[in-house]
Amino acid sequence: MPPTAPPAALADVTASDAALRRYLHGLPGVDAVGLDARAAVLGTRSIKTTAKAEAIDLAISMIDLTTLEGADTPGKVRSLCAKGVRPDPGDPGVPHVAAICVYPDMAAIAKDALAGSPVRVASVATAFPAGRAARPVKLADTRDAVAAGADEVDMVIDRGAFLSGRYLQVFEEIAAVREAAGPAHLKVILENGELSTYDNIRRASWLAMLAGADFIKTSTGKVSVNATLPNTLLMLEAVRDFRAATGRQVGVKPAGGIRTTKDAIKYLVLVNETAGADWLSPDWFRLGASSLLNDLLMQRQKLATGRYSGPDYVTVD
Amino acid sequence: MSIFAYAPAPESRAVVDIASSYGLFIDGEFRPAAEDKVFPTHSPATEEQLSEVAHAGAADVDAAVRAARAAFGPWSALPGSERATYLFRIARILQERSRELAVLESLDNGKPIRESRDVDLPLAAAHFFYYAGWADKLAHAGFGPDPRPLGVAGQVIPWNFPLLMLAWKVAPALATGNTVVLKPAETTPLSALFFADVCRQAQLPPGVVNILTGDGSTGAELVAHPGIDKVAFTGSTEVGRSIARTVAGTRKRLTLELGGKAANIVFDDAPIDQAVEGIVNGIFFNQGHVCCAGSRLLVQESVREELLEALKRRMETLRVGDPLDKNTDIGAINSAEQLARIQELAAAGEAEGAERWSPAGCELPGQGYWFAPTLFTGVAQSHRIAREEIFGPVLSVLTFRTPEEAVAKANNTAYGLSAGIWTEKGSRILWMADKLRAGVVWANTFNKFDPSSPFGGYKESGFGREGGRHGLEAYLDV
Repeated sequence: MPPTAPPAALADVTASDAALRRYLHGLPGVDAVGLDARAAVLGTRSIKTTAKAEAIDLAISMIDLTTLEGADTPGKVRSLCAKGVRPDPGDPGVPHVAAICVYPDMAAIAKDALAGSPVRVASVATAFPAGRAARPVKLADTRDAVAAGADEVDMVIDRGAFLSGRYLQVFEEIAAVREAAGPAHLKVILENGELSTYDNIRRASWLAMLAGADFIKTSTGKVSVNATLPNTLLMLEAVRDFRAATGRQVGVKPAGGIRTTKDAIKYLVLVNETAGADWLSPDWFRLGASSLLNDLLMQRQKLATGRYSGPDYVTVD
Repeated sequence: MSIFAYAPAPESRAVVDIASSYGLFIDGEFRPAAEDKVFPTHSPATEEQLSEVAHAGAADVDAAVRAARAAFGPWSALPGSERATYLFRIARILQERSRELAVLESLDNGKPIRESRDVDLPLAAAHFFYYAGWADKLAHAGFGPDPRPLGVAGQVIPWNFPLLMLAWKVAPALATGNTVVLKPAETTPLSALFFADVCRQAQLPPGVVNILTGDGSTGAELVAHPGIDKVAFTGSTEVGRSIARTVAGTRKRLTLELGGKAANIVFDDAPIDQAVEGIVNGIFFNQGHVCCAGSRLLVQESVREELLEALKRRMETLRVGDPLDKNTDIGAINSAEQLARIQELAAAGEAEGAERWSPAGCELPGQGYWFAPTLFTGVAQSHRIAREEIFGPVLSVLTFRTPEEAVAKANNTAYGLSAGIWTEKGSRILWMADKLRAGVVWANTFNKFDPSSPFGGYKESGFGREGGRHGLEAYLDV
């Protein structure tokens, strides 16, 4: 089980609200123009032929195949689970996805549907997506999800507290959820679109890692700005620097708005050239997505056959 | 061993059709040199001969200047709005043919296709668009109600950005009503010859633009020719000096854009990750063949270790190799001569006691001219690698303790073309920019160019400005 206390090297930075503020505000600033420019250049990498084939399979294996709708039903979740285990019925060579990501009340259904498969169950929790609930409710939500069989918990941070500078409150809440989640992997959603500035995203990344996050995740997919290349690049820098400072490796999950193979490959390029090859596995990098999987399957079929098959040749879910 | 190795992604060579030989472009037509002399041009990445071009001599220079003189009267008499239509047309043709020209530039120069595609070609077109806009507004440029052109401009350009430097020179000259005789660099003549074809395609009147290929002797003939009214040169300080001697005492106007040894200054409150990108872009962009390259890194002592570690880690991801591969970051050194100069200065750096470092896994191709991205630490202000322009992918790292010391060290050079400041503190940027003796000061960025922004140097980096409204002045009788 990962540590719930901050790494020894940084134990004193969370001793008080003032110490935590000083630490987070002492992190290097982010020049927005420069960050955007770097992400844009990495976005021009041209990944072809054998590299593209490898990247497609890697991307499929990193997907947290997601359904987070009010209209979700057991039937919809079971069908998505079947797809995650065997994405392309016509080709057993296609890897399974990393996890199926659902609301807590669907976690048991997913657990049952995925029994015996290596695909994990991820459940959002803590009053996802707004996170506007009392802490006991959030913790109960988390325990519920884990009790229902969630292997991974995707929590949201309290953006209101973060934006008003109550960093220690955010820290303690993440640490509490970390504890409530028990053996489950904890992904901490920063909701970058609401944090708004890159400096905030860097601070929130460190805050979440200090509080024991196993993964930091860009967004819920429920606001207008979700994962972008620059904000994911910034979070990859944060996990890289955090490992250098503490020895502990944390994963990254961009989520929301990643729909095409081209997009997915750009994210893999970011990982490759920023955090490095150590992060190029489903253990350390995930793509939160739903429609992306079918585009990857169609591109995979095209690489294999030379023909573009079209949407009727992949399953809807 | 990497989980995710990029497969080769070469841009197609088939998009450009290079003839086996080219003549001189004089009075709207290609013709052989009067003495029938030719010289080869090579791809620096493979040493393969790309073509053979005419070597212009004194008679050819004379013919080109006469053609430009004959064209000057009617061209300068055209209403500005009509000159603008030609420039707009040229700009659009450059955009339409950008893929072809980018591949050509990478072949002849050795620069990565990513840079010729995303920097050289878009900026070259942008310069023509920008100065096309000025052509009918010269009365409002601040140089009087009816500023007049100078006449025939003799322009000599370098090999580091062949087409872009052509655009910097030709666009303002034509917009203001001058005619042009241009000599591209000996090692990179092809894009200028393709530009001659662009001029024909744009139906530019014959003689308005003339292109003479050749070596240093051709350039010397051109600047000494009594029929030209203006000399514009971009290149080494040494050649710039000799040109200044040649034109001294004549009526010719002169602008020089020469060497540099820019300081890229990183304070302890800098945005570190972006500063690292800026340092890399400052010195490894275009193999460091950039007159305004940030070849001296001045880093505040308190962040030296942290910054160098991040910089080295970043340098390990630089991809050196085939210029036509879309994933290449650093291409070939332009010529054997330039490679020898870089090697000589790097050796001097080691001999003087600086510590040399290059990424361990950096493998260079067997054929062609290559130099690994290189970092020197422990460099003193008195070392040759801190004073002389290397014009290659070699960065000298020095440290400072206070802003005053940073300014003193940055200004302690014979050059003064550019400088970079990295800090999150706005007031310090303004304070520094005020004190740095450099024509361009970049804040939290480096090597950013725009046609609307004037560019030029202090001290031995030359005089005169190119780009922006200021760039008009060099071609107007004011």
